[in-house]
Amino acid sequence: MATHAAAAHHDDHHTPTGIKRWLFSTNHKDIGTMYLAFSICTAFIGAGFSVLMRLELLHPGVQFFNAADGTPNGHLWNTVVTAHGLTMVFFVVMPALIGGFGNWFVPLMIGAPDMAFPRMNNISFWLLPPSFLLLLLSALVGGGVGTGWTIYPPLTIQQGAGMDLAIFSLHLAGASSILGAINFITTIFNMRAPGMTLHRMPLFAWSMLVTAFLLLLAVPVLAGAITMLLTDRNFGTHFFDPAGGGDPTLFLHLFWFFGHPEVYIMILPAFGIVSHIVSTFARKPIFGYLGMAYAMVAIGVVGFIVWAHHMYTVGMDVDTRAYFVAATMVIAVPTGVKIFSWIATMWGGSIRLEVPMLWALGFIFLFTIGGVTGVVLANAGVDYAMHNTYYVIAHFHYTLSLGAVFGMFAGFYYWIGKMSGRQYPNWAGYLHFAVTFFGVNLTFFPMHFLGLAGMPRHYVDYPDAMWHWNYIASIGAFITFAGAVFWLIFVVFGTLLFGRKVGANYWGEGATTLEWTVSSPPPFHTFDELPHIAPQAHH
Amino acid sequence: MIGKRVLGIFGFLLTIAGIGIAAGAQAQPVVGVPHDWQMAFPPSYTPVMERLASLHDLLLVIITLITLFVAALLIYVVFRFHASRNPTPSVVTHNTVLEIAWTIVPILILVVIAIPSFRLLYYGDKAFDAAFTVKVTGHQWYWQYEYPDQGNFSIDSRILAEADRIKQKPQIPRLLAVDEEMVIPVNTTIRIIGTGADVMHGWTVPGFGIKKTVIPGRINEGWINVEHEGYYFGECSQICGNGHTYMPIAVRVVSKPEFDKWVEQKKKAAGLIPPTGFASAVIPANR
Repeated sequence: MATHAAAAHHDDHHTPTGIKRWLFSTNHKDIGTMYLAFSICTAFIGAGFSVLMRLELLHPGVQFFNAADGTPNGHLWNTVVTAHGLTMVFFVVMPALIGGFGNWFVPLMIGAPDMAFPRMNNISFWLLPPSFLLLLLSALVGGGVGTGWTIYPPLTIQQGAGMDLAIFSLHLAGASSILGAINFITTIFNMRAPGMTLHRMPLFAWSMLVTAFLLLLAVPVLAGAITMLLTDRNFGTHFFDPAGGGDPTLFLHLFWFFGHPEVYIMILPAFGIVSHIVSTFARKPIFGYLGMAYAMVAIGVVGFIVWAHHMYTVGMDVDTRAYFVAATMVIAVPTGVKIFSWIATMWGGSIRLEVPMLWALGFIFLFTIGGVTGVVLANAGVDYAMHNTYYVIAHFHYTLSLGAVFGMFAGFYYWIGKMSGRQYPNWAGYLHFAVTFFGVNLTFFPMHFLGLAGMPRHYVDYPDAMWHWNYIASIGAFITFAGAVFWLIFVVFGTLLFGRKVGANYWGEGATTLEWTVSSPPPFHTFDELPHIAPQAHH
Repeated sequence: MIGKRVLGIFGFLLTIAGIGIAAGAQAQPVVGVPHDWQMAFPPSYTPVMERLASLHDLLLVIITLITLFVAALLIYVVFRFHASRNPTPSVVTHNTVLEIAWTIVPILILVVIAIPSFRLLYYGDKAFDAAFTVKVTGHQWYWQYEYPDQGNFSIDSRILAEADRIKQKPQIPRLLAVDEEMVIPVNTTIRIIGTGADVMHGWTVPGFGIKKTVIPGRINEGWINVEHEGYYFGECSQICGNGHTYMPIAVRVVSKPEFDKWVEQKKKAAGLIPPTGFASAVIPANR
């Protein structure tokens, strides 16, 4: 445990204000706050795209996505789908979980005064807004980018100038991620408080360490692939163009070598957050701490050797497919360890169903559903019936929209008091959870049925027989979106403006990590004197 | 009077039967389409899909049990160990037996899944005794089918505009009707090879257990053997631009004699059969 709360203020630590505080910020808490605010803005834009899509799919026939002459505009539809996917992945989930909560709580949890490279932290954040602007522009320039977030050539080679803007956008977002990853790795390896060995480090810091390694190894591969795409488009190379001896399948391999670790990059921080919440509200240390930490390491390592399960249908050798089936199923084992360890943490505990705990429980249950459908999809033989259908949409929204997003909301309710010094109104938190849980399940569960019936993704219209489940899914999406608007007004603004003030550790004795030893909100500079960690902590 | 009425009914039945036979000779039933409130796979139309569906049945049981097990545990711990019932938490954080068990048991379950899964994968991979090959080419935004073993004629398969569908093929659902279906004989193993002409497309028919991403510059192979005559429909399954939603895959499965008749007709239309018949079959010039 910490022996020093370390909240002392000295005269030489003046607090900058205005443009100096935010634009030139080198403070991990301020940068974390900017990341969170940014991703709240982008989340509503990304969710807005999905509401547009669900409005269109509410009824068969094309109601909204029509060209000027009244014929269906499939390209416009594809553009909105692409914008939704890229926004959610690169500008909502990653900034919120890694940039937001990671920046805020990794230094606090490991007893570091700040991140290792504060100025690099600043540019990591400030690369994102221009990157996001480029992405939004890409949808408006040259007819937009209608390729899906996987940006497969040759379709991406056909696109207009917007595609180049999207590629630049991903370059900037990727650079931002790589810089952030370097920062986290250096911070976690070098700036832990005395006595905090890696094996005493809180699980959220562990999750960020694994995430940062995945980013560092995966994102440069994406950067290389999209650079080759850029030169194919503009400078006469033929990496992916069969007419010049290239191969579109090469891009698929490169993309998914990045893309599969990427989906774990989005979920691992949520694993870390859920571990803390479960432990706090069960008033019990994490069950099987080492197993939990190394399960994440295992997920990260195996996550790099399963990429081709996204491309079972492209005509790979059958033995190669068999290998990827086996490797993919292995992922279920460490994931199972995590699910059961969370339940075992609660077992024998003294459980309080506070709002963050409900989100964490929701996460565990919904991530289980998303996980088991992943086991189904891992089987290449079965995947032929499901690849690129709504079954896959259901699967990855259960893991990401209902997994990562539930992790984000769980973290928000858990830490908003710490970050702002004010607590959310309880009734609003419970209502938001109930509405969202109902809404997302109504949205995504019927998509399993649509997928089994064969409804492909990226479709602006569907045979009339698929109407009912689409209708229900759309209603669910509207309910979820209404819940999000409610959250923004009553929870975010309600808390920040009218929330009740809270003390350093408002969750009580279950909350044992170092962030609960500093005031809420923490002072601008924390741990001027480093805390010392006693050997029994976290075991 | 009575005799006349019986005769009338008899005649009526005969007429229905006659229409039925005539219709049967003319067109196949519409089989492979989605239905309202569908919650599961379509019926299996090929041997691969039969095995695929049976593995999926096994998987569905396993994943449902796992999900219910996790849900039951969650509900149990939340009630049993709620702060009001269990004010003092235990301090147990390790149980080696339990931790080994929840590592080993999932592995065993995965092995149970993996064995039939590999069987299915290898079974569905390639046809070794295919009667003939159909080459599928995805275009923006229609399908082209070539029959290299029947003289290499080719047909283009394009979606019917809604007004034309209502006029020509009202029995086929909206978005799925095409002008020319891919025609294959029933109960025949057919090798499908696919490629893309411009961008990637996805060739699939739900209930056939096949999905091939067709890629420019590459050939992707699979096989089907459809057990009943009829119309079957799929939709392009790889995003391919503006008309992605509007390039359905339509397969008409017919009896073998009817298939031969269709082939003759297509060959004639393609100018592959000279009027003088078999004797003057085209001989390559360099022979």
